Amino acid sequence: MISHIDVSSVLKRSVCDLYSNLVTRPTGAAVRIGIEHHLDEIGDKSLAVLDFSHVGLLDFSCADEIVAKLLQQYVSDDIPRREVYFVFYGMNESHIDAIEAVLERHGLALVTQLADGAPALMGIIEDDQREAWEKICELGSARPADLADAIGVPHEKAARTLDTLWRRRLVIRQESGYVPVRGVIS
Amino acid sequence: MTTVIDVPHSLDDRSFEDVFDQLAPLPPDEKILLDARRTRWASPFGLTALLTIAQTRLERPTFAVPENDDTASYWSRASFFKHAEGLYDITGRVPRARQASESSVLLEVTPVVHTQDVHTVVENIQQRAQTILSEKLHLKSTVTMRFTMALSEICQNVIEHAGTGGWVAVQAYKWQQRLGGRNVVVIAVCDAGMGFRKSLESAQGPRPGDRWGDAMALEETVMRGATRFRDPGRGQGLQGVKRFIGNWNGKLSVRSGTARIAIVPTWDEDDVMKEDLAPFPGAQVQITIPEWMPDA
Repeated sequence: MISHIDVSSVLKRSVCDLYSNLVTRPTGAAVRIGIEHHLDEIGDKSLAVLDFSHVGLLDFSCADEIVAKLLQQYVSDDIPRREVYFVFYGMNESHIDAIEAVLERHGLALVTQLADGAPALMGIIEDDQREAWEKICELGSARPADLADAIGVPHEKAARTLDTLWRRRLVIRQESGYVPVRGVIS
Repeated sequence: MTTVIDVPHSLDDRSFEDVFDQLAPLPPDEKILLDARRTRWASPFGLTALLTIAQTRLERPTFAVPENDDTASYWSRASFFKHAEGLYDITGRVPRARQASESSVLLEVTPVVHTQDVHTVVENIQQRAQTILSEKLHLKSTVTMRFTMALSEICQNVIEHAGTGGWVAVQAYKWQQRLGGRNVVVIAVCDAGMGFRKSLESAQGPRPGDRWGDAMALEETVMRGATRFRDPGRGQGLQGVKRFIGNWNGKLSVRSGTARIAIVPTWDEDDVMKEDLAPFPGAQVQITIPEWMPDA
């Protein structure tokens, strides 16, 4: 199930309908809780498009509360809260500044959808994971054997890399193989 | 008995040390009169620090208004007297406050006490900052967002770490002598709260060693991003401010307790660290962003 979440609307609902800027930790925490409530209402396996198009400013503290703390709950290596994938959409340069800083601080990565509709990775990601992710985007879908053939690595290594990307919620695991996380907004 | 504190003719972060020096020997319950009658100019730091002083006194202090009409009018437009009247007994003529049509006042003196104050500061400054930063400082419009992010983070530090409210003001002006007469925008955020050293000590206690003090606390927080919180996500605000300052050739100075640390750009000759200053509670932060000159 794909769910579109307008972050600006969550801000207005959760904090104050006069605000258009995501600033301060308490505001970030309130917005994150609003997003979590929304995610609780959708299925156990879902893709959430977090839309920042109507957000004015996003400061570092708020980015830490919303982006980092949200991702940490769903990309945990042990017991993630649920199988939720995120696409971050509509981010401007200053949003990206703040989000990159918090991703670096926590060693996290996410998928963002660029203006041309193409997905891109942001944050901390090793070279072999990035190469695999880009190849899956190119192929559209891949099993470990497909990836191993495409990038010339042993099957076991391809399987491990795909598993890591899935645990980080950067690819979706399906019966037919792994597919890239993408938004549907054009 | 009332002790008179002379306010310098030109009041900025440097000359304010004269005020701190005069205050330091006085017990907090001693009645003081801040005599600003001969003061002709004040930076945002000067205006916000003057309000902060009143918050440290047990006996309500008195404030003598600048005699120069232009100065007093400007302070009114910057909302200084609006807040000073709640903290000081005022002597002298206070010009009627008008709407701050003065284009150089980016943000009037504004209290920072609660989270919603940060929202107010950010919402209020955005439109004026866009115009002034692009027209006077020739900064790209995207820089305005980063400037406002820096302002937001510095204001949040007051709420999270000071334990009391503080004051913020932002102003753009042309330096007459320094930087070849370039335009600058200056943010000042001052509070009289617990300060950086006590904030760190509140979590971990005093650090062992002879060097521990205000200067080391400033080094740890400003330079190395230490905070009193265990959460590794904390401390990013000030680090983000530092990145912004570095990218735009700006200057950051933070005074707390008896020390002052600065990130000094090439156009300035300030000391990176000053110790053994006159003690004053809280933290007083100033950010200066100069006009962008590609060839400078």
